Amino acid sequence: MACIEARGLRKTFSSNVALDGIDLRIEEGRIVGLIGPNGAGKTTALNAVLGLIPYEGELRVLGRNPWTERDLLMRDVCFMADVAVLPRWLRVSQALEYLAGVHPRFDRAKAESFLAKTDIKHKSRVRELSKGMVTQLHLALVMAIDARLLVLDEPTLGLDLLFRKQFYDSLLNDYFDGTRTIVVTTHQVEEIQNVLTDLLFINRGRIVLNSSMDELELRYAELVVRPEQLAAARALGPISERQLFGRTILLFDRADRQKLAAFGDIRTPSIADLFVALMSASPSSPSTPETQRNPQGVSR
Amino acid sequence: MIPQSNATPESAASPRTAPFTNSPVRPLYWSIRRELWETRSVYIGPLAVASVFLFGFLFYVHKLPSYLYPEMAADPAKQRDLLLQPFDFAAAAVMGIAFIIGLLYCIEAFYAERRDRSILFWKSLPVSDLTVVLSKASIPLLVVPAVCCGITFALQSIMLVLSSLVLLANGLSAATLWNTLNFFPSLFYLLYHIFTVHVLWYAPIYAWLLLISAWARRVPLLWAVLPPLAIGMFERLVFGTSHFGAFIGSRFSGGPEMDTSRMEGGFAFHHGVHLTPGHFLMSPGLWVGLLFAAGFLFTAARIRRYREPV
Repeated sequence: MACIEARGLRKTFSSNVALDGIDLRIEEGRIVGLIGPNGAGKTTALNAVLGLIPYEGELRVLGRNPWTERDLLMRDVCFMADVAVLPRWLRVSQALEYLAGVHPRFDRAKAESFLAKTDIKHKSRVRELSKGMVTQLHLALVMAIDARLLVLDEPTLGLDLLFRKQFYDSLLNDYFDGTRTIVVTTHQVEEIQNVLTDLLFINRGRIVLNSSMDELELRYAELVVRPEQLAAARALGPISERQLFGRTILLFDRADRQKLAAFGDIRTPSIADLFVALMSASPSSPSTPETQRNPQGVSR
Repeated sequence: MIPQSNATPESAASPRTAPFTNSPVRPLYWSIRRELWETRSVYIGPLAVASVFLFGFLFYVHKLPSYLYPEMAADPAKQRDLLLQPFDFAAAAVMGIAFIIGLLYCIEAFYAERRDRSILFWKSLPVSDLTVVLSKASIPLLVVPAVCCGITFALQSIMLVLSSLVLLANGLSAATLWNTLNFFPSLFYLLYHIFTVHVLWYAPIYAWLLLISAWARRVPLLWAVLPPLAIGMFERLVFGTSHFGAFIGSRFSGGPEMDTSRMEGGFAFHHGVHLTPGHFLMSPGLWVGLLFAAGFLFTAARIRRYREPV
């Protein structure tokens, strides 16, 4: 069974099309990065998956309709929407008690053991904790829930590098077991590059790229081209071109690597570079502020 | 031999699909406890008022013996009033603050969770919107009245003990006070009053505030108050009548049971009032009000379903 299955998923807010007919299938046991510029429809897509908003089209999450079967679905699905949504008056001990009371799959001992690794005290209120500690607390609560799908919407926004690293480390080491599914959105793409198994680029409510990380490495190649061979390399049809330290870097989609090797050094592009290239190349998007540094992105 | 392909992993029962209790009571119970963690004013408010009242009573109680001197006994009605007034005031003060706390709680209930974005956390848990609405509605309809009864009882008991001690210390008998007070019957009347007026009759007021709290994108208090006010003004200006205002007024006045208790111009829990539960239960206002309350609460649950942080 697919964890998330969408066909023709649409969502419009008055005149604004947030999701423009998304077809998608996410299998169980994947860690999917949902990446897109601001206003691309990431949060809308996640809200639809979580049954927080009504939508048009077909959508099944763990075999259920998230809008009509939300209460049941939430036993198997957990989410961290943004940072700092824990109420400020809540005590750590109360959070543990409440979750143990209402959630059939919350393992209190597990949450306590996660918390024991932090400086968070049971008597503290959320308002007394630092932003990083609030996220640690939320993560400890979420990881103690035996959910089949975990959705993280910008879970590390505003946290320092140490907390961010720690966040993904504990997610991978203490939570992910190969059967759960994790969907995560973030702007800090480089940091989750090695965490993901699958990558979804979304722009203007459409899926621009849907690929596993393995496929990605086979499909895309970046060529640091030797200056004298630039023209010849360009003739092979790169999807984007950028300058770095006076050298030209061309990005190719499904190119013959042996041919490319003749013009310079080949390497696997980072998600960030690929993101910039694909966002500016996607036909429906003339150019977003984030992608203007790419010369080919300016189509005018 | 069974081919390997037949034994698909899907056919094996996953431990994750183990049965769990479907009882809706458990989430409701914990949601009510959650409300009490958040809104401690529910019991701190009445306690504070009771403490202040008790402090004031300490200054009053020393005058008590003078009310029982023979010259006062000549006018039993006046004597009775003097003896009873503090006890009535005590009950009225606690009930008054409880009513205000109930109203304030309701108007904040669904707005606060959207303002501090915590609605996103609560919605990530398997607790239905209806459960949340019921848990929030049970604060003004169950918890506050219960707290109110308990604190009034405790307050009046302490007052009674203090009064008796002062009388005994002055070599007087406390019998007159006890006889006049009718302590336990009046306590029963207090319970009856709170249940009929503060719970059943006021239910649509609380439910209306909860509904607006769930619906309004900003300043829920204004949305709750201004539209009814506008309707009343409109009716007055256009038709020259004030039926709507009278309708709202009758709701706040406390309904048919309040009429019977309004004797001698004040709350009177000790005057041997005639309770008319039959009359109360037969009044259409009660049932129409409860119907409205149920409708408001149900709509609030539907609205919360769509609501995001403000």
